Amino acid sequence: MKTRKGARAGQYLALLAYLVFLAFPFLWLISTAFKPARELASLHPTWIPRSPTLANFRQAFDEQPLLHAALNSLLAALGAAVVAVLIATPMAYVMARHRTPMAKAATGWVVVSQAFPFVLVIIPLFLVLKNLRLIDSLLGLVMVYVVWALPFALWMLVGYVRAVPAELEEAAAVDGAGRARTLLSVTAPLLAPGIVATALFAFISAWNEFFFALVLLKTPERQTLPVVLTHFIGAEGVADLGPLAAAATLATLPSLVVFAIIQKRITGGMLAGAVKS
Amino acid sequence: MCLKPVRASGCVALVMGLLLLLGTGCSGGGGGSQDGRITLRFQSLAWQQESVAANKALVKEWNATHPDVKVEYVQGSWDSVHDQLLTSFEGGEAPDIIHDASDDLADFAYGGYLADLRTLLPARLKSDIPQHSWDAVTFGGGVYGVPFLQEPRVLIANAGWLKASGVRIPTPERPWTWDEFRAIAKRLSGKGRYGVAWPLREPVSATLNLSLSTGGQLFHRGADGKVTVRFDTADAVVPRTVHDEVNTDRSASSATLGMGGSDTLPGFFGGKYAMVPLGFSYRQQIVQQAPKGFDWQVLPAPAGADGLTQGVSPQTLSIAADSPHKKEAAAFVDFLLRPENMVRLALGDWMLPTGTEALKDPALHTAKNGWATGAALASHLRPAPAQSVRGYPEWKDKVATPAFQEYYSGAIGLAELRKRLVRDGNLVLARYQR
Repeated sequence: MKTRKGARAGQYLALLAYLVFLAFPFLWLISTAFKPARELASLHPTWIPRSPTLANFRQAFDEQPLLHAALNSLLAALGAAVVAVLIATPMAYVMARHRTPMAKAATGWVVVSQAFPFVLVIIPLFLVLKNLRLIDSLLGLVMVYVVWALPFALWMLVGYVRAVPAELEEAAAVDGAGRARTLLSVTAPLLAPGIVATALFAFISAWNEFFFALVLLKTPERQTLPVVLTHFIGAEGVADLGPLAAAATLATLPSLVVFAIIQKRITGGMLAGAVKS
Repeated sequence: MCLKPVRASGCVALVMGLLLLLGTGCSGGGGGSQDGRITLRFQSLAWQQESVAANKALVKEWNATHPDVKVEYVQGSWDSVHDQLLTSFEGGEAPDIIHDASDDLADFAYGGYLADLRTLLPARLKSDIPQHSWDAVTFGGGVYGVPFLQEPRVLIANAGWLKASGVRIPTPERPWTWDEFRAIAKRLSGKGRYGVAWPLREPVSATLNLSLSTGGQLFHRGADGKVTVRFDTADAVVPRTVHDEVNTDRSASSATLGMGGSDTLPGFFGGKYAMVPLGFSYRQQIVQQAPKGFDWQVLPAPAGADGLTQGVSPQTLSIAADSPHKKEAAAFVDFLLRPENMVRLALGDWMLPTGTEALKDPALHTAKNGWATGAALASHLRPAPAQSVRGYPEWKDKVATPAFQEYYSGAIGLAELRKRLVRDGNLVLARYQR
């Protein structure tokens, strides 16, 4: 009994250590955002700023169009998440329910495509988008993000579809529901946590993406937040640390808010009690 | 979320709305002329508050006085400029006027992406900038950028500490020799404090640039035009000084070898190091971050057989080869680099102008914040070694960086350093010169 309690305490300690490890960079970022320049260069850094200031936030907003960039990021990330989920969901259903050689080959291709580095595709992609007149356009960027997120989204959703018992769909069919009705009324609600998790993945990866946005967007008014953040960095990695931390703090907030809003969907356990025993 | 069947129509509406917003409200216009006016895109890498302000103000002044040629200011970033430009060039979408550094231009120039400026620039600008600065942007006989700002490496020193120790304070007229510098660093050290902190996270360019003062060339072009690496006695003076300060005298902190310049400032302000070799523009950070009352000064880097000579990679303005308005772009470059404007850009970036007229400006010769010391070094600045050597980036990353890092940390000796730089280095360069 004692051993079990000790093991439990150890698990909690390990969990706590892991949480501290995860939280450290974000807390340090917030602390840095509120420190004046002189305190940033102190030999003895402090967790709580001795003379907290909003000057870094003011400077960040004065120097760069952060709100506009955030709006661009939001549009691109939302667009990528919604479109990726809309495309990936029916594809995932087919791949999960119909295990044909074609579906297996498609799964293999999805895995392989994850190994392509960005630099390999960027120039052909740039030329394709240029011919489509989609360079310097958020629509073009969203298309890239959708294509980039699709393999992993598909992979995630196939797993979620497989977790929905086929017997439920069969039972609905026995009860007289048509194919569409079964999919919309039975399968789709049970897939909700998976779809939300996939959308979240697509949203966050698009929100944080830097390289494609850097290369594809030319006009300052269309640049996204990660690109604008680099404007606080100079040659040889020298950074305007205070404003950069302030802007980066603001940049992390939307991801946190989106995650906080929809996390219940992910952990809701909507499958509980779905199958009669 | 669009999950339940009853919300399907809402989901479609959301998607349509998003696509409409993305497609119509935010799509690219494609640039070019509007209302008969020419529009030029100027991609600037200015990033410090004063520097961005100076660039934007000049663009505004140009636009106010040139109704037919509008310049659009585009903010770029030093961190990603090479990849971003490469893709833009390949796709034919590069900005008309490009801000960069001379050591980044070789590949673009040889690749045919940049316009040869020899016939585009006015005589005034050509003669205002010394030939050795033009040498930094000359590749294969063509001139592919206008060098306009440059940054020497200087010693930033804790003035109080130096005064208290009684050491001779060097001046550009009477600088320290490398031996003297080593002896003084040793004298200033002790009790957990160091005479010098070498921030050498990127050791190659710092070492090679400073080695010009001792006559170190490292890269030698033969009669056949091919470049080979040699590591002669003159090339070894600076590396050996750093190595011995760290490993023999213990007058330089080994902890800073992996740091960037900014990382050493807390220790400098906190009294751990008496001197830090840094780029001239770091003075701005010192002004912003130093504790109140902190007494600091700018000293020239030590001199060798070739005096105060050192290598620099000037900031440049280039014109894209694909630009349909090269003449107008050159006129804007000329405007931006008029002596009075070059001074504004230099003050904004805390650097030195290359132009001889701009360099005469009294604002660059004040004792305050070490401007006068830096200005006195301007005539000693030369193109960084190997700027035009093809294969240099690979030599630097794969051979020289690890070799210098290991040598400075004491893991290998001078003979091994020489072997790696020369033997491995020449193998790399040979692949580019077949």
